[in-house]
Amino acid sequence: MALLQIAEPGQSQAPHQHRLAVGIDLGTTNSLVAAVRSGSADVLPDESGNRSLPSVVHYQSGEVPLVGHEAESNVSDALSTIRSAKRLMGKGASDIQDSWLNKHYQFDVDSGSLPAFVTADGPKSAIDVSAAILKTLKETAEQTLGGDLVGAVVTVPAYFDDAQRQATKDAAALAGLSVLRLLNEPTAAAVAYGLDNDSEGTIAIYDLGGGTFDISLLKMQQGIFEVLATAGDTSLGGDDIDNLIVDWLMKKADIDALSGESEQASIKEYAKSIKEALSTEESVTVDWSDAHGHAWKGELSLEEFNSMLEPLIARTLKPCRQVLRDANVDKESVTAVVMVGGSTRVPLVRNKVGEFFEQTVLTSINPDEVVAIGAAIQADVLAGNKPDSDLLLLDVTPLSLGLEIMGGMVEKVIPRNTTIPIARGQEFTTYKDGQTAMALHVVQGEREMVDDCRSLARFELKGIPERVAGAARIQVLFQVDADGLLTVSALERESGVVASVDVKPSYGLSDGEIERMLRESMDNAGEDMQRRVLQEQRVEASRVLEAIASALEADGDEHLSAEERELVDQQIQNVKVSMEGEDRAAIKTAVHDLEHASAEFVERRMNASVRKMMSGKEIDAIDSTLENP
Amino acid sequence: MHVDFSKNYFDLFGLAEKFDIDNAQLVSRFQELQKQLHPDKYASKPDAERRWSMQAASFVNEAYQTLGDDLKRAIYLLTLQGVSIDEETDTQMSPMFLMEQMEYREALEMAPDASDPYQALDAVRKNLKSATSEQLAAFENACNQQSWDEARTSVRQWQFLDKLKQEVRSAEERLDE
Repeated sequence: MALLQIAEPGQSQAPHQHRLAVGIDLGTTNSLVAAVRSGSADVLPDESGNRSLPSVVHYQSGEVPLVGHEAESNVSDALSTIRSAKRLMGKGASDIQDSWLNKHYQFDVDSGSLPAFVTADGPKSAIDVSAAILKTLKETAEQTLGGDLVGAVVTVPAYFDDAQRQATKDAAALAGLSVLRLLNEPTAAAVAYGLDNDSEGTIAIYDLGGGTFDISLLKMQQGIFEVLATAGDTSLGGDDIDNLIVDWLMKKADIDALSGESEQASIKEYAKSIKEALSTEESVTVDWSDAHGHAWKGELSLEEFNSMLEPLIARTLKPCRQVLRDANVDKESVTAVVMVGGSTRVPLVRNKVGEFFEQTVLTSINPDEVVAIGAAIQADVLAGNKPDSDLLLLDVTPLSLGLEIMGGMVEKVIPRNTTIPIARGQEFTTYKDGQTAMALHVVQGEREMVDDCRSLARFELKGIPERVAGAARIQVLFQVDADGLLTVSALERESGVVASVDVKPSYGLSDGEIERMLRESMDNAGEDMQRRVLQEQRVEASRVLEAIASALEADGDEHLSAEERELVDQQIQNVKVSMEGEDRAAIKTAVHDLEHASAEFVERRMNASVRKMMSGKEIDAIDSTLENP
Repeated sequence: MHVDFSKNYFDLFGLAEKFDIDNAQLVSRFQELQKQLHPDKYASKPDAERRWSMQAASFVNEAYQTLGDDLKRAIYLLTLQGVSIDEETDTQMSPMFLMEQMEYREALEMAPDASDPYQALDAVRKNLKSATSEQLAAFENACNQQSWDEARTSVRQWQFLDKLKQEVRSAEERLDE
């Protein structure tokens, strides 16, 4: 990118300065941060050299929470030591009841719109917990890389629904991270694998994470990763393997119930060691005793372990069959099967998956780190450090999006495995004379009945012009962006009136709530933090100034009249003035006004580029207008 | 923001406006367009450009999915000719075709109880496939002669067959459970 030096001294960004961006794998049990340094992507260890951070947060009254190893070693207040919060992302009160988390934590389901863990530091939602983890990773990265991050690519299970994705994005916002993209975990793994091996073909990514399972089928060709189909199970993971051993041991040792978190943690730790030993041995000696006099000594053979495991693995093979069918690809056409997630070290998992795809599975890349590394590679590209990169990820919607229609049925608007971003419209009409409002219910899922699908949001369309029944034509537009997030807008066709859309997310935060949480965290943050936020706002402002200045330089005269140009210049001046001050909100407002003033210009020049592109000529010339204004 | 796109998908991909298309050209043009328009290429650009890129990439994806699917492409071609396919009101079908439909449905219903249900479903699928290629050929032929009514009838029948094909898939998924 050719950029003009127009920023104020001290805030300027040299044209070829490396922008710091990271990839973050926000996992159920462990989280990692990685970055591209000197051309190669690697995990960033923390000060003590740990390459991964346990996804555990410990809350103490009125203090900054402990995160990771520090939180893990703290067993004094088990209820305030939150693990596996990812399992609750985007979930509602009713989901907790069926969850094993309900056995170990106390929940507050009344005081906020999201269920919250009751901790010594007050109620904490899964978003708060995830934000604490992300913040720690951000700090690790900024210390290691020696500067502020421009943004991060945060990975999510491919099978995450809209509410789960939105919750992840909200957590990042709370942690002060700018999300360059939410990236599906298997797609991230494919990037790390594909670029490493320079391979072409159709590959399957089998990703058994701590708490989720994904299978994705991708076509790789010259840097383009096109997801053909994805499927999975967000409530099945490697943790469940540990739990199988825990249950088995409890039966053997005659334990009815585990009292307290410390006992739970120690038996789970023990189960994990048995699982790991059985990855290389035929049998392990088990010797368990606890404080309540329960004890058991004996053997667990690989054979017995395998028979416990088999049903769980069988559950993962069903989505495997589904992706092949959805992508219309037969097993013989799959050129490689890549294993992701620590649990794929279990020999039976490898064998069964290999048997299913009729080939030897690939385990050459560290299955714990491959997702973070792939995310780091994409973050480097998105931050603009590799303008010549061919890397392009074309992902899909994991679940169908639909609307409730008569009789509690679902009408699908965007079917699963549709390449994103995508926009689809649906037309509705009024059924009563003079009707001015209309309620819509958006759901996600494959089943025919609304009650069997996931409720995403209820919308109320207001301000429909009064007409006789059936005369108003309301076009409802569903837009799924590249993060897999849905937005809905509505327009009355005849009058052109834009009906307002009131969103009530079924399992998420409203915009107002996010703002309030951000404000609160800002108020509580020290001066240091305030200064940083101000600095971030200035960086954002100079980014916008740079982009607009270079666009004006390229073809401002062509697309703007003298008066229009003057207006834009005026707003540019306003932004510059605001940046000299200390008022973050003022800078934000000035930037917003500038973007508003130049919106028409941006639209004109981009449409001009597209017109050229569509005529099939001058592709190279467009390249330069779009990429190097 | 309004995206000023001409609506013709064939133009977008540099293809002649006819049913038989060069698939390699479709794919390579799609990749070329997305390499320039995809939101990932605008990640560090101002909001307005990012929004525009999302809309542009959505448009290209929609166009690609429409032209890349035989049935959708056929319907789209008819739409360009001003021929609309109204699924709700149009139920005029030849008795012969309806009879075949009933036979397919019966076979589909019986399949789960067959000794090898997967094989039984596969047999239904094979029959549907050959019936579909007949409609496809008839459609192309009608288009070449610009007999839009005939082309429309073929597409209508093709839609029925496509629906059955999806039901075969659902039946298979239920078997997997």
